[in-house]
Order: sequence, then structure tokens, then C-alpha cells
Amino acid sequence: MSKVTHADDVGEPLSIRGDGAQYGKPSPGKITSFALFLIFARIGLTSFGGGLSGWFMREFVHDRHWMSEDEFLDGLALSQALPGVNVKNLAIWIGYRLHGWRGAFAGFCGIIFPPAVVIVLLGVFFSAIASFSLTHVALAGAAAGAIGLSLSMAITAARRLPRRVFPYFVLVATFAAAALFRVSLVWTVLIAGALSISYEYIRLPRES
Amino acid sequence: MSRTLITLFSVFAPLSIVTVGGGQGIIAEVQRQVVDVHHWMTHAQFLSDFAIARLAPGPGSLLATLIGYQVGGVPGALVATLALFGPTAFLMYAVVLIWNRHEGARWLNALQAGLRPVAAGLILAAVYVLVKELEGGWIAWLTAAIATVLVMKTRINALVLIAGGAVVFVLVHLAGLL
Repeated sequence: MSKVTHADDVGEPLSIRGDGAQYGKPSPGKITSFALFLIFARIGLTSFGGGLSGWFMREFVHDRHWMSEDEFLDGLALSQALPGVNVKNLAIWIGYRLHGWRGAFAGFCGIIFPPAVVIVLLGVFFSAIASFSLTHVALAGAAAGAIGLSLSMAITAARRLPRRVFPYFVLVATFAAAALFRVSLVWTVLIAGALSISYEYIRLPRES
Repeated sequence: MSRTLITLFSVFAPLSIVTVGGGQGIIAEVQRQVVDVHHWMTHAQFLSDFAIARLAPGPGSLLATLIGYQVGGVPGALVATLALFGPTAFLMYAVVLIWNRHEGARWLNALQAGLRPVAAGLILAAVYVLVKELEGGWIAWLTAAIATVLVMKTRINALVLIAGGAVVFVLVHLAGLL
């Protein structure tokens, strides 16, 4: 467990800008792109059972305090809405926020290439593993445990919504479209996103 | 060989653009292209690859890497991986840059606030699908519920969490209940 950079990032006066963007962020130089690569690689190599975004939140927000929940959730929302595998998008977001373009590159490489090597090796040796029925049982258990990471992230995302009717309506409608009615995700994101963003755009100036 | 690589790229790069979320949405199309259109493998082989991708750690969409490897060796694996993950990586990067430059702008705040409930709904939907597909009946449900409470209430390490799930299932299996 590479927690070296984590322990001593307290003590220092942090320049809080009020918007929480600098929440507990370690001073520059403490995060290297190689260290980020290793963290993403470790998550990529150990995240059996899926739920990688939940691992990210656990690691960067709750364990290392390198990001605020809000900053993470912004990236999560963007990663979900933009095309492309969301885990990879989120790794780019986290990497960039922590270490600029080098961090984004390290995040992309770390979450893709090490597990890519593993999956090829698994493909080559699959027959040896598949014949072992306990493997299957253990992985089903890992998947059940990993639900905890995904569900807690979903609960956090829902709890941090503003206490207004419309955002919760969008949440329920999106969930129903994607989970129950199996509407294509592209259409779900386009329609729900457009409605929700327009609504926020119209009501924003009234708040300030 | 280079023809195969080009074909691999032309199969996965367009799919990259229409992927939203975890990438499960493109599986059917990948199967159609790989099995029916290009005859790179049989249906059974595809299903076996799909099972491996689910079993392996990391993003499930690395299925593309595995297919690429079987079709075109190491170069095939590289081409398929970069075709599926590369183009949208640049898009994401560009959006992150724009995002940082305009922090505080009205349209960005609207985007930020507007996308959050959509993302929350999508994640809940993904969890719902995962829970429905869980193997192990009530034991799986109970494990998932306990895991969720542990994540929310304690500082449990993620690896300990899923290893715990695996151990519970193996023990229950050995006890003959699963």
C-alpha cells in the first residue's frame, strides 16, 4: 500500500479558496506522475468485481483527502456524460486535477495498460483457472462486496444533490430510463442532460 | 496482418464514441461485428472472452484488448485498446481543459449542476443492473448490503472489502449453502 505521501499532508496551511477546490490538496511536488500511475495501476489490478469509480472515490477522496467530494462528483458527472468508457474519463479528470497533463496521462495509462496485460494473460491461461470452480465462487463474492463501493458512491452522489424537486426528478427519470426501460444510454444522457442543464442555466442568475 | 489491424481499428474506434457509462452498452454490437460480420471467432469463443473480461480486474471494456490479442496478437491488442479508449480520451482531456479555464462561468455552473443528477441516476442504474446479475441469491444481497454499510460507516480498505466478499462466498460454498 503506497500511503507514503498521505501521512504528512496535514500540518501545512492550505490555501482554501472558499469553493473547496483546494480541499486538502497536497502541495505540488508531493504528487508525481509516477506515483499517480502506481495508484491507478494498483486499483486497475485489484478491482475485482467492478465498481472502479467507487474505488477512485475511496482512494482519492476518503483515504488520501486529495480531492473534495464535490470536485470528485463533478468529474464523475462529466465522465458519465461524455462519450467513452467512464472509468478512463474519470482517471483523466483525477489525474489532471492532481498533476496537470502528466497526471492525466499517468491516470489513463495506469488504469488501462496494466489490467490490459493481465486480461491477455488470463485469456491465455483461462482453461487452467476456469477448471477451478472455487475461482468462480470467489469472484461472485468479490462482485457482491464491490457493490458496496458502487452503491455508497451512488448514495453520496444522490445525497449531495441540492434539495430541490427538479434534480431529484431528473435522477429518478434517468434511473428509470436506464435501468427499467432500457432506453439507450446515449439518448438518456442527451435528453436528461439537456433538460437538467437548461433548467439549471435558467435558474442560476436568480440565486446570486 | 496490417489489414486486420486496420479492420480492428475500424470496428472499435466508432464504438468508442457511442460508449456511455461502463461500456456494457456496446457488447452486443462488438459481438455482431466480431462474430457475424468479420468471423474472427465463434459465438462460444466470444462468450468465453466475455466471461474472462468480467472475471479480470480493471475496466470490463478491456474485452476489446482480449479480442484484439486473439485476432492480431500483441499489435492487435494494442490497436483494439487504443481504438476503444484513445479517441474519447482526447475528448475528455479537451473538456477538462475547457472546464478548468472557465471555472465559475454561468454555463459551466449550469453544466455542473445539471449533469450531477443525471450521473447519479446512471450510477444507480448501473448498481441496479449489477445487483440483479449477482450470483448467490440472498447471500449475495446480504453481502452487498453489509459491504455498503461498511464503506459508508468505516474506513475499510477496498481490497479488504472485496477479499472479504470472496472469502464469505467460498466459506458458504464449502459449507454447502451455495
